[in-house]
Amino acid sequence: MEHSPPPFFKTGPSPLARLLIFSALSLAFLVADVRLNYLASLRQVAAVILYPLQRIAAAPAGIVQRIGDFFVTHGSLRTDNERLTRENFEQGALLQQLKALEAENVQLRNLLAARSRLDVKLSVAEVLYAARDPFSRKVIIDRGSQNDVQPGQPVVDNRGVVGQVTRVYPWLSEVTLVTDKGQFVPVQNVRNGLRAVIGGTGSDGTLELRFVPQQADYQNGDELVTSGIDGVYPAGLPVARVTQVERSVEQIFARITCAPLGGVANYNQVLVVNSNSSFPARPVDSKKVAPRPKKGKAG
Amino acid sequence: MADTRFAPQEILLPVKAGHIALSLGVALMLNLLPWSGAWLWIKPDFVALVVLYWCIDQPRKVGFISAWVLGLFMDVADGTLFGQHALAYSILAYAGIVLHRRVRMFSGTAQVLHVVVLLLMNDLIVLCIRLAAGADFPGFQYFIGSFTAAALWLPLGALLRLPQRPRSDPDL
Repeated sequence: MEHSPPPFFKTGPSPLARLLIFSALSLAFLVADVRLNYLASLRQVAAVILYPLQRIAAAPAGIVQRIGDFFVTHGSLRTDNERLTRENFEQGALLQQLKALEAENVQLRNLLAARSRLDVKLSVAEVLYAARDPFSRKVIIDRGSQNDVQPGQPVVDNRGVVGQVTRVYPWLSEVTLVTDKGQFVPVQNVRNGLRAVIGGTGSDGTLELRFVPQQADYQNGDELVTSGIDGVYPAGLPVARVTQVERSVEQIFARITCAPLGGVANYNQVLVVNSNSSFPARPVDSKKVAPRPKKGKAG
Repeated sequence: MADTRFAPQEILLPVKAGHIALSLGVALMLNLLPWSGAWLWIKPDFVALVVLYWCIDQPRKVGFISAWVLGLFMDVADGTLFGQHALAYSILAYAGIVLHRRVRMFSGTAQVLHVVVLLLMNDLIVLCIRLAAGADFPGFQYFIGSFTAAALWLPLGALLRLPQRPRSDPDL
């Protein structure tokens, strides 16, 4: 190198040699991470070192939010109060119905000797921040393996499914949102019980139903809930609402766009679902099935 | 030397290692702030910017190791592929070290022109890695951050040089 110092100063390997060393190391890490899923422990170590910094960095936003909460106007408090009272009233009526239905359901299930379907524990977690990665949709929550969070657990909020825990650190976890390009949820249409797989598109606020035949009965406004057939998401959680149905002869599958119901763009509290579903074991002689539906070309 | 393209050379105190470490730590913290929405696009990559600054200013003290380790931390914090920022920052450090004499010779705007190209290259490396790993192109707003970072180059330089200024007039 013409710019390198004269050789009588001992400066170690030349910049180019160092560049090659560090690039090779980075590339090795990349390949190990993408293809082989090694290095999980190294990632854990880095995460533990980084944890205090992450908490400190997330603190100012929390303080700002708290100050903002303190200075809400009287008017907004009053409208909130009115709305909440009304909602409470409406929901009280619904709750009474629900209790009656639940009792009836338990009774019927006992009659059928069927196992109860929903055996879930919920733990509240707070979204610390959205991962600053323009290529994926992830958020970081403040519960980790020390709080019994495990990879694969669904994450919901009060309105619907938000995503799934994909990577767990001791005190933090990464949640891949349903809007992420590689995230899939098995769903069921509430109106007619049609089952399908919904996948993220990589952009905020849109989901897409995959592999739905052209003539399948989907309409704008249909609500989609988890079907529960995967054993990951408990059945009946709201996922999305159909916003647009496009059918064209050139394509094999209908193009059905949906809007997520869970607050995927809101960063506040979420619930991590700990569903130790007593699912029957898979049949032995069936072919090896991938745990999650693989992505494919949808139309 | 009346030519304004060239920077007047200041005589500064030697830089302290603690000062460098502190600035890199603060840059990491700034990157870890909960940016969201449009701010995420506008946000400069503070770590890349400060690493580049020190690689140009102190190529003997800051180089590949700090760039690479900070890159790994960024990958863990953002949940991205392990090594993508490490690779990009290593190449950025290389560019900074190789070009440090040339960049330091220029004054303000000419330096910024060098820096914006280097930071765009940094973004481009990350983009190529993610495209190779199967992601979609996120749109041209992806590059905005580099321009904001380049706009911060001169204020950042002034800020980081503050502790190196002689405290009092040595003639007194």
